[in-house]
Amino acid sequence: MRPPGLLAALIVFGAIGLLETACQTGLLQHSVVLPPSEIAASLWNILQSGAFNRAIFLTLSNIFITAALAIFFGFVVGVLLHSVSYLRAGLEPFLASYYAIPTFIFYPVFIVLFGVGSASIIAISVLLAIVAMITATLSGLDRIPIVLRKTAKVMRLNTLETAVSILLPSALPYLVTGARLAIAYAFIGVIASEFILSGQGVGYAISYAYNNFDNQTMYGLILLIILIVVGTNMLLDAFDRRQPTQTARNR
Amino acid sequence: MDDVSHQVSARETGEQAIIAKLSGVTRDYPAARGAKPLHALGPIDLELKQGEFFSVVGPSGCGKSTLLDILTGLSPPTAGTATFEGKRIHGVPDGVGVVFQEDATFPWLDVEANLSFGLKQLQLSARERQDRVEQALRIMGLVGFRSAFPAQLSGGMRQRVCIARTLVTQPRLIVLDEPFGSLDQQTRLLMGDELLRIWRETGATVFFITHSIDEAVMLSDRVGVMSARPGTFIDMLETGWAQKRDSRNVADPHFGKLTGQIWGKLRGEALRQMQLQNDVAL
Repeated sequence: MRPPGLLAALIVFGAIGLLETACQTGLLQHSVVLPPSEIAASLWNILQSGAFNRAIFLTLSNIFITAALAIFFGFVVGVLLHSVSYLRAGLEPFLASYYAIPTFIFYPVFIVLFGVGSASIIAISVLLAIVAMITATLSGLDRIPIVLRKTAKVMRLNTLETAVSILLPSALPYLVTGARLAIAYAFIGVIASEFILSGQGVGYAISYAYNNFDNQTMYGLILLIILIVVGTNMLLDAFDRRQPTQTARNR
Repeated sequence: MDDVSHQVSARETGEQAIIAKLSGVTRDYPAARGAKPLHALGPIDLELKQGEFFSVVGPSGCGKSTLLDILTGLSPPTAGTATFEGKRIHGVPDGVGVVFQEDATFPWLDVEANLSFGLKQLQLSARERQDRVEQALRIMGLVGFRSAFPAQLSGGMRQRVCIARTLVTQPRLIVLDEPFGSLDQQTRLLMGDELLRIWRETGATVFFITHSIDEAVMLSDRVGVMSARPGTFIDMLETGWAQKRDSRNVADPHFGKLTGQIWGKLRGEALRQMQLQNDVAL
């Protein structure tokens, strides 16, 4: 393990150890926070019992669909805005201030449009995630060096060959960053929507457990979400680090 | 007799054919908001002889890169005609390779893949493609770096990759736009030697754009001196160097005489170009 990785592991395990000690010594009340060992045991029981399998599957499916739609349409819209400058000039101020708008206020509109259920949750989560992908795509395309476009001309590549062989790989590091952000927003959007506005999924199960003082289930499910998010992020990070353009930077 | 040996022997006898020709070429840029249209270049008349090493020097902003764009077909002239091997230039012609000042390596490909990428458009067998890549790796001293990515190489090495990627296509005209501009003086001299060796070995015609009078004189058979904007040729000098030459010719008294002669022509133009740029800034 490299020194920064070792330090990160030390910080995580140190924090867990501190929390465990604080809970076991009574510094933190059991009715407020469970010790990490108990949370882990609770998660194990949840997974073994299979009681929440349907909720877990539903939530992960919604996150996957949200992320896929946000990445695909975010990329398409980004390319379109990059190609049509007057459209971009008109929309860019809205994109810049987009995250100042609390997206969840549109939930009633989506209920009218799609009804109560996954479709509304996915719609509102896509709305939350897509702009990160649009702006990342624009940044990536803006930063393609002019000399690479000239090189494509010198090599007499046609438009499609230029896009696939040169523009896309050149913008890829930015697209990967955009995809990572879109996936993070997909997690936030879906879980938060389920928590506040839905009657199904892991978010709703956490909310239900919280309202019924069921700390075991609540903390167990919270740990599950944290592990899934961290695992996904580590996978994406590993993919990002494998990009040749990142190789030297990481040495 | 094949093309290459013909070019070499033509060089020696001085009976070189014309490979590229610019006649009355000009370039105007449309007016930006509130400004006058910009007459950037010309009229330019130039005949590039097959197998010669021709350099262009001129003040910054005089239109050297615009001239390169027209010669290589990257952009059309406003007026006049540009031909390569007797055919009018529309788009980049087959047989022309360009090396830019900026790093044009593909950072997502290793050195070997960067080189073979240049061959994608050519209908070559896998064997021939590999042979050409191996040859270019050898010529440019990149054999030990074939699996390295550009981010792992120095600026000089990355420029070698760009030159090698141009060489694999076996261009008959190699156009270089200040390719050593970002390198230190010693590396520039050594890269100049490399370029001269490649020029001798391939028999290609070289069109070399540079800011450096020394570099132009050291490398070239002929140097074209450009005026301030709109750039035109105000002088054309034959250096008279033997074909087999290298950077040690900077110690030759003739080198100093030539650079002095060019600077004599260029000084006034450089001052005029600075004045033009100041006027625009104000």
